Amino acid sequence: MSDVVKRAWLLSDAPTSRSQAAWGRRYRLWCDFSSNGLAMTGLVIVVLLVLCAVAAPLLAPYDPTLQELANRLSVPTAAHWLGTDELGRDVLSRLLFGARVTLGMVIAVVVTVAPFGLAVGCVAGYYGGWADTILMRVTDVFLAFPRLILALAFVAAIHPGVTSAVIAIALTTWPPYARLARAETLTIRSADFIAAVRLTGASSGRIILRHIAPLCLGSLIVRVTLDMSAIILFAASLGFLGMGAQPPSPEWGTMIATARRFFLDQWWVPLMPGLAIFVASLAFNLLGDGLRDVLDPKQR
Amino acid sequence: MLTRRTLMAATAAAPLAGVSGQALAKTPPGVVVMAKQIDDVISFDPAEAYEFTNNEVNANVYRRLVSPNPANVSQVIGDLAESWTISPDGKVFTFKLKTNAKFPSGKMLTAEDVAFSLQRVVKLNKTPAFIISQFGFTKDNVEAAFVAKDPGTFVMTLPDAAAPSFVLFCLSAAVGSIVEKATVMEHDVGGDLGNAWLKNHSAGAGAYQLTEWVASDHITIDANPHSVVKPGVRRVAIRHVADPSAQLLLLQKGDADIARDLTPDLLTKVKAAKEFTVTASGQGSTMYIAMNQNVPELQKVQVHQAIKWAIDYDAIAKNITPNQWVVAQGFLPPGLPGAMTAKPFHKDVAKAKALLAEAGYPNGFSITMDYISQAPYGDIAQAIQADLAAVGIKVTLTPGEQKQVITKTRARTHQLAILVWGTDYFDPNSNSQAWCENPDDSDTSKLKILAWRSHYVDKELNDMSLAATKELDSAKRIKMYQDMQVKFADRAPFAMVLQKIASAALGKGVSGFVIGALPDFTKFSDIKKA
Amino acid sequence: MNGRNGRLAGTAASLLLTLFGLVFVTFFIGRVMPIDPLIAILGDHAPEDVMARTRVELGLDQPLVVQFGLYVWRLLHGDLGRSVMSSNLVTQDIARYFPATIELATVAIIVATLIGVPLGVLAAVRQGSVIDKVIRVVCLAGHSIPIFLLALLSLLIFYATLDWAPGTGRADVAFEGMNPVVTGFLTIDTAWAGDWDAFYDAWAHLAQPAGVLAYFSMAFIARMTRAFMLDALAGEYIITARAKGLSALRVIWRHAFGNIAVRLITVLALTYAGLLEGAVVTETVFSWPGLGQYLTVSLLNADMNAVLGATLVVGLIYMALNLFADAAYKMFDPRVR
Repeated sequence: MSDVVKRAWLLSDAPTSRSQAAWGRRYRLWCDFSSNGLAMTGLVIVVLLVLCAVAAPLLAPYDPTLQELANRLSVPTAAHWLGTDELGRDVLSRLLFGARVTLGMVIAVVVTVAPFGLAVGCVAGYYGGWADTILMRVTDVFLAFPRLILALAFVAAIHPGVTSAVIAIALTTWPPYARLARAETLTIRSADFIAAVRLTGASSGRIILRHIAPLCLGSLIVRVTLDMSAIILFAASLGFLGMGAQPPSPEWGTMIATARRFFLDQWWVPLMPGLAIFVASLAFNLLGDGLRDVLDPKQR
Repeated sequence: MLTRRTLMAATAAAPLAGVSGQALAKTPPGVVVMAKQIDDVISFDPAEAYEFTNNEVNANVYRRLVSPNPANVSQVIGDLAESWTISPDGKVFTFKLKTNAKFPSGKMLTAEDVAFSLQRVVKLNKTPAFIISQFGFTKDNVEAAFVAKDPGTFVMTLPDAAAPSFVLFCLSAAVGSIVEKATVMEHDVGGDLGNAWLKNHSAGAGAYQLTEWVASDHITIDANPHSVVKPGVRRVAIRHVADPSAQLLLLQKGDADIARDLTPDLLTKVKAAKEFTVTASGQGSTMYIAMNQNVPELQKVQVHQAIKWAIDYDAIAKNITPNQWVVAQGFLPPGLPGAMTAKPFHKDVAKAKALLAEAGYPNGFSITMDYISQAPYGDIAQAIQADLAAVGIKVTLTPGEQKQVITKTRARTHQLAILVWGTDYFDPNSNSQAWCENPDDSDTSKLKILAWRSHYVDKELNDMSLAATKELDSAKRIKMYQDMQVKFADRAPFAMVLQKIASAALGKGVSGFVIGALPDFTKFSDIKKA
Repeated sequence: MNGRNGRLAGTAASLLLTLFGLVFVTFFIGRVMPIDPLIAILGDHAPEDVMARTRVELGLDQPLVVQFGLYVWRLLHGDLGRSVMSSNLVTQDIARYFPATIELATVAIIVATLIGVPLGVLAAVRQGSVIDKVIRVVCLAGHSIPIFLLALLSLLIFYATLDWAPGTGRADVAFEGMNPVVTGFLTIDTAWAGDWDAFYDAWAHLAQPAGVLAYFSMAFIARMTRAFMLDALAGEYIITARAKGLSALRVIWRHAFGNIAVRLITVLALTYAGLLEGAVVTETVFSWPGLGQYLTVSLLNADMNAVLGATLVVGLIYMALNLFADAAYKMFDPRVR
């Protein structure tokens, strides 16, 4: 199939199959999305970030843990493009390996939070009554908590580290998802097609799983993408306060925390990971923003 | 009393000084502003105070019977005491008091105040009380043990004889501060001997009095108008500035006169600048690695030695902690009586590997190491991790907040841990007891200090430490501690790494600030400001 | 009438339940923390007998459930206990630290609103234009930059390099404790006392942290304003108003903006709540003696009375603002009624 034919097939007004219709819809969304320069920039950066993280061992000029105490806090040079840190380690290599930690944490949080929030929200919204009251009350408790404080307390209570940081972030991130899913469910619950499915004798679990949850997914995905940057910042904040990933892990927030004391004199040392966080977070924001425009035109 | 008006009169143009960008001295004359981390303070009551900042402030607010001789730290000289005699059996100490010490109330300090203060310490039995009560004083015998014979004579009777230098050094500690009985008892609430009131007030005969303390914010002390020592500045305002670089900035801008917690890198920078001076003093604080003896891999003496030979002490001190920590390998760091100045260990990978092989670990082993997640401990931990990796010991780092790490080592659940210990009082017994004495390794032991926390039982060192407290001859006693440290360095499961150096950067025109080897001896009264 | 009372009672009950949950969670997190509270109180060097005695004195030897019951009982009597770190009553500490945070957050939100709302309206009116894109990037950047980086950069540029702003802290040491505390807000107390040097100083110290926080929340406010405005501008009544020949400005501000005001207030309430807790990092960097710093320091020192008290206050306000936002939202959007 040539490109022109492919395009025509995708944009056909009269699709002949379900998959053609679906692909056509996706293609149109992609057209919308790709015409948004900012969103594309975000996508490109995110892809680059992922590539950097995956290929870190190939790209990094040095071992990120290799110390050279006599060459601490060096300015960027030909040997060390982004300078060295407080133990004489190559900052560029650490940033590349740090991308793994940061992205890993983000993914871990998302795969924990989204399904959980979705489940809580759908169940509460669908069943209503006591289930709703109890679940939403619990959600409110977590929402009423100062997020950062809850996360700090939680990490302090177990042990500072990547795993506990992920759990802590997840613990404080799920309530909005539950609320969102519940609100969506409430609007869907009384829809005619749900009533129709119910008449066929489908169980509640099946209805939630097969009919309600998929419909909530769209807004959830947008929220997740937009939240990615918030999660990156949250993880970095925990690291900055000494409660995230721990040295010698090259997590970006942790790197700033340990280099913060040099920010007036060797300002580039904490600035480099700061910029990395900024760029990553901005990329996710641009991407999420573009996605929202496409998937939820009302908000545009 | 200093009012805002008098302060303002002198600094009317202050807000503009910053705008013009000139480094004018912005702090008011007669007032020294000190930038320091002061969030350690819990109470200023000398019977309770046991942190760095409050002990240091109390050193300037209260006076004690005796203090170490700055010229020769193995000796004590009189502070409130004009002279003293010790009975031949070493049990009865008779102090003649000087007649010039006055409280801010204008009243003279008498033997009655001395007896009351020391009795009060034992009766309240707060954290630092053991420094006094370890000689056998209890709340039942203190009234008879501490007696004001007449207003100028104080008599102390020990239940059991002890080395006189040991007793006197303990009286020189901050807990030996003398409070004004009348003022304190005026504020007695429910028999607390004024404890609640003294938390944030003072009643001492030192050069200053405590005016205000706001936790984690500031401490203000003003001159005691009746003090015999007339301080060079009438007010010292200690401001809590957590961030070392912010401390330096305040100093550079003239917003602070003294910066106390500069990091090694900042100190290097300050030393290069001409307008500031840096004063420094070795401290009674030691950084060491504890090896818990309940971990099988850490039980062999060869492993202890291998770890001691694996560490690159000089590289750490030179690159990570210049001006802040120096290499010291005895349990009594230089500056303390009985100190060990020799440094038997240096990095020797081959030797360390051979020792490990001899211990039965030719391929090393894996282990965890706890450390305090603050600078410079994090950097040091990572450097030591790399050093140990070079000889085959794979270390997983487990950082925690300071109190968390302490909690863990007190529960004896650590494997390796990088820790810091500050001596309790100036006498060698403080450290010797901490590291060598563990008469009962069970969980119900009454003595749970450093040796106990790492399950270290060494009968010979334990007994030597006990014997030294009874030795009446001071010179012989010092020799005993030096012998102990040689044995300790050879076999103990503690690698002594670094000694703390306290440095302070003084702004333009500020001089005379002297840091003591313990906070208990840091003096503000000689500070001058041009 | 009855229905409304019922609903009110329901809200109050659920509020109490949430509060109880808050206390419960905080209490148990605090108690499982691997820090022995006695070390915070007595230090590392305290002898065993002193430790044991204090443990009994503070009731720390009791089972957790008993301790929790005791805490709640005291709480009901308005007793939050005493902080270990400051040895003050926790209520005294909160009264001291809270105004600093409120002052910071309030100034930040006012600045953020004054800039963010017009920017959002402008972006909506000029949808798709270069201005819209620029505003969008500025806002997204505000969402993306770590607040501590912004704070550090601000200190580096405005204080260390340009010398425009004073350093960290809330007031210059010369002014500390010089004016009587009336409201706890330095910017008001100094004016009250007629001390204009101190007044200037207070504002100068406030500028940087408030500016950093303001940028952070401005981004959110502007985005939401833009979205609401677009929604409103597409409404039929706007098209009618335009058709009637009303001036563009009048249409935008009177009709469209008037229509989104309720939803905007909701957003502002939520942003304000976010600021109260978002100040934690900012307060740390700027050594701002606010509740956020108080909380973090207490937490790291296992000063549980202080942590519980401060969390309760922040939680309470957070909940009140949420409730307010909820109520406003319900009034507007029949879908969630």
